[in-house]
Amino acid sequence: MATKQPHTLKPEDKIFPNLDGSGDWTIKGYQKRGGYKGLEKILKMKPAEIIDQLKASALRGRGGAGFPTGMKWSFMPPAGDKPNYLVVNADESEPGTCKDRDILLYDPHTLVEGIIVGCHTLGAKASYVYVRGEYVDEADHLQQAIDEAYKAGFLGKNIMGTKVDVDIHVHMGAGAYICGEETALLESLEGKKGQPRMRPPFPAGFGLYGCPTTINNVETVAQVPPILKKGVEWWTQFGRPNNHGTKIFSVSGAVNKPINIEAPMSISLKDLIEKHAGGVIGGWDNLLGVIPGGSSTPLLSAEQCENVLMDFDALREEGTGLGTAAVIVMNKDTDILRVMSRISRFYKHESCGQCTPCREGVGWVWRLMDRLSQGDGTKEELDQLFDVTKKIEGHTICAFADGAMWPVQGVLRHYRPLFEQRIKEHAAKKDIKVKSA
Amino acid sequence: MSNETKQQASYRGSHVQIVDDENTYVWPKKVQPEIKKLIAKYPKGREASAVIPLLKIAQNTFDGWLPTGLMNLVAETLSMPPVRVYEVASFYDMFYTKPVGKHIVRVCTNVSCMVRGCYKVLSEIEDELGMKAGTTSEDGLVTLEEFECLGACCEAPMMMIDDHYHTSLTGDKARELMKRIKDGDAPAEATK
Repeated sequence: MATKQPHTLKPEDKIFPNLDGSGDWTIKGYQKRGGYKGLEKILKMKPAEIIDQLKASALRGRGGAGFPTGMKWSFMPPAGDKPNYLVVNADESEPGTCKDRDILLYDPHTLVEGIIVGCHTLGAKASYVYVRGEYVDEADHLQQAIDEAYKAGFLGKNIMGTKVDVDIHVHMGAGAYICGEETALLESLEGKKGQPRMRPPFPAGFGLYGCPTTINNVETVAQVPPILKKGVEWWTQFGRPNNHGTKIFSVSGAVNKPINIEAPMSISLKDLIEKHAGGVIGGWDNLLGVIPGGSSTPLLSAEQCENVLMDFDALREEGTGLGTAAVIVMNKDTDILRVMSRISRFYKHESCGQCTPCREGVGWVWRLMDRLSQGDGTKEELDQLFDVTKKIEGHTICAFADGAMWPVQGVLRHYRPLFEQRIKEHAAKKDIKVKSA
Repeated sequence: MSNETKQQASYRGSHVQIVDDENTYVWPKKVQPEIKKLIAKYPKGREASAVIPLLKIAQNTFDGWLPTGLMNLVAETLSMPPVRVYEVASFYDMFYTKPVGKHIVRVCTNVSCMVRGCYKVLSEIEDELGMKAGTTSEDGLVTLEEFECLGACCEAPMMMIDDHYHTSLTGDKARELMKRIKDGDAPAEATK
């Protein structure tokens, strides 16, 4: 086990100091907290320098996949005949994930400043922020922040005399989880159904409107300016190597104080729950299991929760993932099989219908999960269910079906005895019914 | 059967019926500047990008749903084949291709809300309104839906009434909000 990491950040180390909404989210408040200071200097840096710093920082994408941001940005060709685009993914829909919402509501200028730096680095003059359709108030705050930034001269043409031009457009979706998948998002932004594209070509070569495009999560983009301003050393003091930085963790479910909290990476899950989220309802011993990174990541058993660290590599070693760092806590009052069956229903509803294994398979898995979670089935069907998940995983255009199968595999891995017990009880009940009839 | 198994709708768009409508519609004057502004966000020749925002305006400006005639208006405005607009309208959860209530109540019943008792809240709402999730009230006042994760998980359970979020719900708070809708005083802003 790696060394224990600190569990809190000093207020001045927080990238989103207003995440709790206690302060002023408008430009006045943001500037008072140091926002836009040093932006001019960054805009005078060469894009290659910025990318080198990001690579050194080991910043990894905060939207779920954890891809190194510096490397992603280095894939972008310099602007040529076609314009380059930066598209920001604010289509936050992964169950359990609610961090981008609070950024948009309470610290939207962090994103605006991140986009300005991003556009400069990527050679883009325009950026689209794809906000999920349900975030009406959130998009309003972002739009207001953008308007303020234009007025203050941080957006538009020749920003602060640096010859950098940036325009930001807010684009709203209309309710479809799959649009958080980057190529589905591009399709949706182009005015089509949100169905993922085949890759290659990758968006960096052929993205929005066929132009070079980089797509990043809200949190990732917002974290770039502070890394450049405070330096790589500051950033890498948090978290273990390859997992550095600060991160917003959304702790929800059976805790006393559900919270979006920015903390150092590699914080232990136990500290996160006990020190930040008020502890498990009914005490730590009442813990049943935790979904560590949004509904697509497999469950951790209570035993695993004891020592696990919250970062990309530690969670991968435990057979799951950091995902969006949306921690959903379940205690012993939770019917975990029913919850997992509900997650399967969610994926069935959200399948875009493009690939057969997903379109047909996710519904099939849900129907079987629904039945088995109530004990209505056989032990052989548990094996069959696992087998089917393996046949769906990895056989589709995008990672949606994988994300739909992992939680099912996770619950079969850790809670098989519970399934078997229910099957036994259900059979016994049926037996009584048959006898009394 | 539990609430959650009743909803049988399959993958995106597969259950959506489109209501044929011979009417022709025109944009009212008051929304025209907004439409112009929206289309201008996208490069020339890429006007189709504005299809989602325009369908939203269409839905809000007329009766809260999208008969084919209205979708045809969007298609014409953006020089798109009508079928492309129907595809989009049937794909996204926030578009309705058949009549809905004056107010739309979406109750999140996904994981975080479920762990914190959203089904109890939903049954209180159903009781207060005298209707089931997935239906529209007979007087056309409310459409009540179970909705997928609305992304306010740390303030669960929660629901959305028209455009705004109402979070940290209890049964009583949810009933109170339903009463306001019934009294013609539907909340026009978010509550926490």
